[in-house]
Amino acid sequence: MAKYYNKEIPKSPRIDVLKKSLFANKPRIESDRAVLLTESYKATEGLPIIERRAKAFSHILKNLPVTIRENELVVGANTVMPRSCQTFPEYSFQWLEDEFETIATRSADPFDISEETKAKLKEAYKYWGGKTTSELASSYMCDEAALAIEHNIFTPGNYYYNGVGHVTVDYGKVLKMGYKGIRKEAECALSNLCIANEEYCSKSAFLRAVIEVCDAAIIFANRYADEAERLASECTDSVRKSELLEIAKNCRKVPENGAESFYEACQSFWFVQLLIQTESSGHSISPGRFDQYMYPYYKKDLDSGKITREYAQELVDCVWIKLNDLSKVRDLASAEGFAGYSMFQNLICGGQTPDGRDATNDLSFMCITASLHTNLPQPSLSIRVWNGSPHDLLIWAAKLTRTGIGLPAYYNDEVIIPALVSRGLTMADARDYNIIGCVEPQKSGKTDGWHDAAFFNMCRPLELVFTNGYENGKLISIETGDIKDMKTYEDFFNAYKKQMKYFIALMVNADNAIDMAHAQRCPLPFLSSMIEDCIGRGKSAQEGGAIYNFTGPQGFGIANVADSLYTIKKLVFEQGKFTLSELKEALDANFGKGTSSQDAASLTESIAKVLAAKGEEINAESIAAIYNSVKAKLPASDSKYQKILGEIEALDKFGNDIDEVDLIAREAAYSYTKPVEKYKNPRGGTYQAGLYPVSANVPLGAQTGATPDGRYAYTPVADGVSPTAGRDVSGPTASANSVSKLDHGIASNGTLFNMKFHPSALEGDSGLESFVALVRGYFDRKGSHVQFNVVSRETLLDAQKHPENYQGLVVRVAGYSALFTTLSKSLQDDIINRTQQGGF
Amino acid sequence: MEMYDYLDTKGRIFDIQRFSVHDGPGIRTIFFLKGCFLRCRWCCNPESQSHEIEQMTVAGKTKTIGRDVTVRELLEIAEKDRIYYSRSGGGVTLSGGECLYQKDFTLALLRGCKEKGISTAIETTGFSDFKNIEPILEYLDVCLMDIKHTNSFKHKEFTGVPNELIKENAKLIAKKAKKLIIRVPVIPTFNDTPEEIGEIAKFAATLPGVEEIHLLPYHRLGYDKYMGLGREYSIGDVELLSPEKIDVLKHAATHSGLIVKIGG
Repeated sequence: MAKYYNKEIPKSPRIDVLKKSLFANKPRIESDRAVLLTESYKATEGLPIIERRAKAFSHILKNLPVTIRENELVVGANTVMPRSCQTFPEYSFQWLEDEFETIATRSADPFDISEETKAKLKEAYKYWGGKTTSELASSYMCDEAALAIEHNIFTPGNYYYNGVGHVTVDYGKVLKMGYKGIRKEAECALSNLCIANEEYCSKSAFLRAVIEVCDAAIIFANRYADEAERLASECTDSVRKSELLEIAKNCRKVPENGAESFYEACQSFWFVQLLIQTESSGHSISPGRFDQYMYPYYKKDLDSGKITREYAQELVDCVWIKLNDLSKVRDLASAEGFAGYSMFQNLICGGQTPDGRDATNDLSFMCITASLHTNLPQPSLSIRVWNGSPHDLLIWAAKLTRTGIGLPAYYNDEVIIPALVSRGLTMADARDYNIIGCVEPQKSGKTDGWHDAAFFNMCRPLELVFTNGYENGKLISIETGDIKDMKTYEDFFNAYKKQMKYFIALMVNADNAIDMAHAQRCPLPFLSSMIEDCIGRGKSAQEGGAIYNFTGPQGFGIANVADSLYTIKKLVFEQGKFTLSELKEALDANFGKGTSSQDAASLTESIAKVLAAKGEEINAESIAAIYNSVKAKLPASDSKYQKILGEIEALDKFGNDIDEVDLIAREAAYSYTKPVEKYKNPRGGTYQAGLYPVSANVPLGAQTGATPDGRYAYTPVADGVSPTAGRDVSGPTASANSVSKLDHGIASNGTLFNMKFHPSALEGDSGLESFVALVRGYFDRKGSHVQFNVVSRETLLDAQKHPENYQGLVVRVAGYSALFTTLSKSLQDDIINRTQQGGF
Repeated sequence: MEMYDYLDTKGRIFDIQRFSVHDGPGIRTIFFLKGCFLRCRWCCNPESQSHEIEQMTVAGKTKTIGRDVTVRELLEIAEKDRIYYSRSGGGVTLSGGECLYQKDFTLALLRGCKEKGISTAIETTGFSDFKNIEPILEYLDVCLMDIKHTNSFKHKEFTGVPNELIKENAKLIAKKAKKLIIRVPVIPTFNDTPEEIGEIAKFAATLPGVEEIHLLPYHRLGYDKYMGLGREYSIGDVELLSPEKIDVLKHAATHSGLIVKIGG
C-alpha cells in the first residue's frame, strides 16, 4: 500500500453553507467574558493569583453563552456571533474604551459594538484601573526603554497590551488522556508533594489551579452536550437530529476522556483550541502538527471502515471553518500591523518524525485539500520540507499556492532543525518542531517561546547615526560621534552597531518587564496544564514552567539598512560622489520631495495652537496664511537632492544576487541577531532573534524618515528578509540567492521571505514542477522560509498605479523578454484581463 | 604568447532572463543574443533583430540595447542558478535574435555550458548554412526550432526569407540533434487556419525523433518596443486568438500524432 493517499477528495456541500454563515454578519465585540471575569475577580480578592485565574476561568466557562451554529459537526464558540470577539481587560482595556465610538468604522479590522455592550464593558472596566499586566509592565520598565518606544525604535506592543499566546500545547496528550487524565496527573503531583517542601505553597496552589481548570473545561463541554440534546429534541429534520445527538455524545465524552474516534478527536482538538483562546487574548495559538497527532484516530477509523476518506475530509474542513470563527480586537495601531483579523493559528504538515523519518501521511494531503476547499485565511497552513519530502506533497502544496491565497508557507527542516539544536533542543524535539504564528519554530508542548516579543525597526538606529543620537534637539540614544568626523565606512558601520546594541538592550529591558508582569498578574493554569513540565515543576509557563523558554523579538528593514550601508560604502567613501553631510541634508529634505502635505497640516495645527494659547485670534483666513507660510518654508524639490537620489538608484541593490551588496546585508542582519542572542529572560531562557515584520513594516515605516537607500520618508520599509519591493529585478532565483546569503540559522526565531509571482510562471503541470524546484533550490542554499504572493488582478492594478514597487515583476511568456511595469497601459490591461481568466 | 581561450570569445546580447520556465525544460537562464536573419512581422523582440547596438525608449527612458560580453562572463551568471537547474532539469537557453547569427560565440557558449555540466537549449529559426549548425549540435541538448509555415512564398512575405533552407535544415538537425522540438508561433492572418497548422504538424511528424510540437499563440507584448525603436508595428492591428480557436488549432495539430503543447 502506498504511504499516503494523494488523490482529490470532493468537498461536502456542508462546507460552503458553513462558510456562508460565517460571513453573514459583521464581526462584533461581546461583553460576557469581561463581565464574568470581573465578577470573579471581585469575589476572589486576596487569594493567590494562580487561584484567582483558575476561578475566573471556571466562572467564565460555567456561564459563557453556549452556541451551536446551524449545520456544524464540530461545535464550540466563545462568542454568540461568528468571527466576533470577547475582551480581556486583565491585560489592558483603556485603548478599547477610547475606541468605543470609532471601532465600528475604522478602516483596519472594524468591529460592531452595541450600546448595551459598551455600557457593560464600561462598568466592568471600572474595576481594572491599576490592575492590568500592561500597567505593571510599565512600572517595571526603565525610562530609557519607554523613551525608545515613544520614539518608535521598537514596539513590544503585542504582549504589552495583550496575552502572550504564541504557543503550541500538547494536543496529543488531551486527545489521548482527556482533562480527566491531566487532572489525575495534577492530583498525583499534589499528593506526592511534601508539605514541608520549600515550594509547597506555590506548587500546591498551582496544582489545585490545574485541577480546577480541568474541571471547568469538562463542565463547558457538558454544557454543549446539554445544548445539543435540547436542539435535537426540538429538531424536526431527522438527519440533523441524529447529527445533534452525535454531537451531544461527543461532548459528553471529550475532552473529559481520551478520544477514540477521529470525529471525537476533531471535537476534542477544537475544545482545546477554543479554550486556550478564552483563557487569554494571546494570538498565534498554533495547532502545529495536526497531521501527526490526529493520524492514529484517522487511521484506526479508516482501517476499521468506520469512516470514509470523504467523511474524514468533511470533518477536517469543519475544523478549518471553526478556526476562522475566532477573532480578536486589537488597538488601531496593532490592527494595522496585523491587518486582516488574523489569528495566526499556524498548522503544519509533513516534515520528519522525531526519529528522522518522513512524516507525510494521508492527513498531510487532506490538510492542504481542506485549505483548497475552504479558501479561508485560517489556519495559517505551513509545509515542512526536507531532503526526503515526497515530491507529491510539494506538488499538492503548489496547487494551493497557485490559487493565490498566499498559503501555504514553506519551511526548511534542513536549516531549522540544526538551528533549534543550537538553541539547546534535543535532536528528537528539534525534528518534531512546528511553526508558531508567522514563521517561529519551536517544539510543541514543551516551549514557552514568546515568539513575537517586539518589532525592532533596524532603520531607526541608522537615522540616529546621522543625528548623533539626537531627535528634535533631544538626546534619545547614545552619542556615536559627528558624521563629519567619520573617515571610513567602518567608522560609520561601527557607529551603527553601537546604536543597535544600545537599543537592543533597551528592548530586552522592556520585554523582561512585560514578561515579569505576565508571570505576576496573568499566569495561565489552563494553558500550562498542557505544557511540559509545568505540572512537574509546579508552576505556570509564565513563571518558567516550560522545558524550553525563549524570547524572540523581530528585526526588520534589513534590505533598507543593507542598501543604505552600500550607498555609504560605495558612493561616500569609495567613489566620493557626496559626503555624509550632503547625504544627511538630502535625507532631511526627503530627497527634495519635501515633507508631505500632511506634515504641513500638522505643523500648521501646532502653530495655530501656540498662537491661540497666546490669545491670538485663529480663523480660517489666519490658518490658510500659516499653512502657506509653512509650505513655503518646507524644502521644495531640489535638483541637488534629486542628483544624489539618482546616484543611489543607479547603484546595485540587495536581491539581485550580487555578492558585494548581499554580504553587507548579511553583516547588517548580524548587527541585530548577534547582540540579541546574548540576553536572558526571567523564565530562565534565552533571547533569539527573528527577522520578519508581519505587516508592521507598513505602519512602522510610516514613522521612519528617508533612508540612504533612496527610500522616501514615511514609506514602508522592506518586509522580513525580502529585498525592498521593486528593487530585485533579476528574477526569483536571484532574489532567493541573495536572501539565502543571510545567516538564517542564527535567526532561529524565524525569517520571512515573500516572493511575488505572476501566475504565468505557475501554469500547467510544468509550472508546478518549476515552482517546486525553485523552493527546493532556495532550501538547498539554506533559506529557512518562503511564501508566495501569486499576483492577482488586484495586485496588477496596484502595479499599474505604483510601478516602483513592482519593478521585478516578469510576465513569463515563451521567448519574450520584458518586465510588466515597462509595458504601456493598454498592454498591461491585456495582461490583467488574461490574469483574471487564468493566465496565458 | 598565451593561447587563445575559447572562454574569451565575445558576443553581443541584449538581455538575460533568469528563471525562465517556458523555453525548454525546467528552470532556465535565457541569454538573448542580438542579431537575426529574419524580419518576422510579429516579432515580440524587435530590438533583437539588428546586430547593431541601438537606443530604445522603455517606459519613457532611453535605454541602450545590446552589450558585448564574453562566454566566461555569461557562464558565471549561468552558474548562479545551477542548483535550480539540477532541481528542475533545467539549464541555459540561447534565444534572440538568432543565436546562429553569432555562430562562433554560440558554439563557444554552448561548449562552455556543457563542459561545466549545464544542460543547453537554443531557440532558433534554423536559417543558416548547415555547416554552421552541425558543430553546435555536439553541445546541444534541446533544439527548439520554429517551422512557421510550409508555404515558402507566404513564409517570405511574413518573415523576409523563404523556407526551403529551414525545412532542409530541420531534416538534418532531426537526424543529428539529441532532441528536437518544433515550435510554431501562431499568427493571425499568417498561419492561424487548421489547414496551415495541420500542414506544419504533418511536416514536423516526418522528422525523425521529433515527438513534440509547441504552438505559441500570438501576443502583442512587443508592441511598445516598436514604438520605443521608432518603428512601425509591422503585423498591424490583428485580433488575438481566442481560447476556442487555439483549441481548434491544437486539435488540427494532434492529427499528426505528435504531442501538442500550447505555450511551450
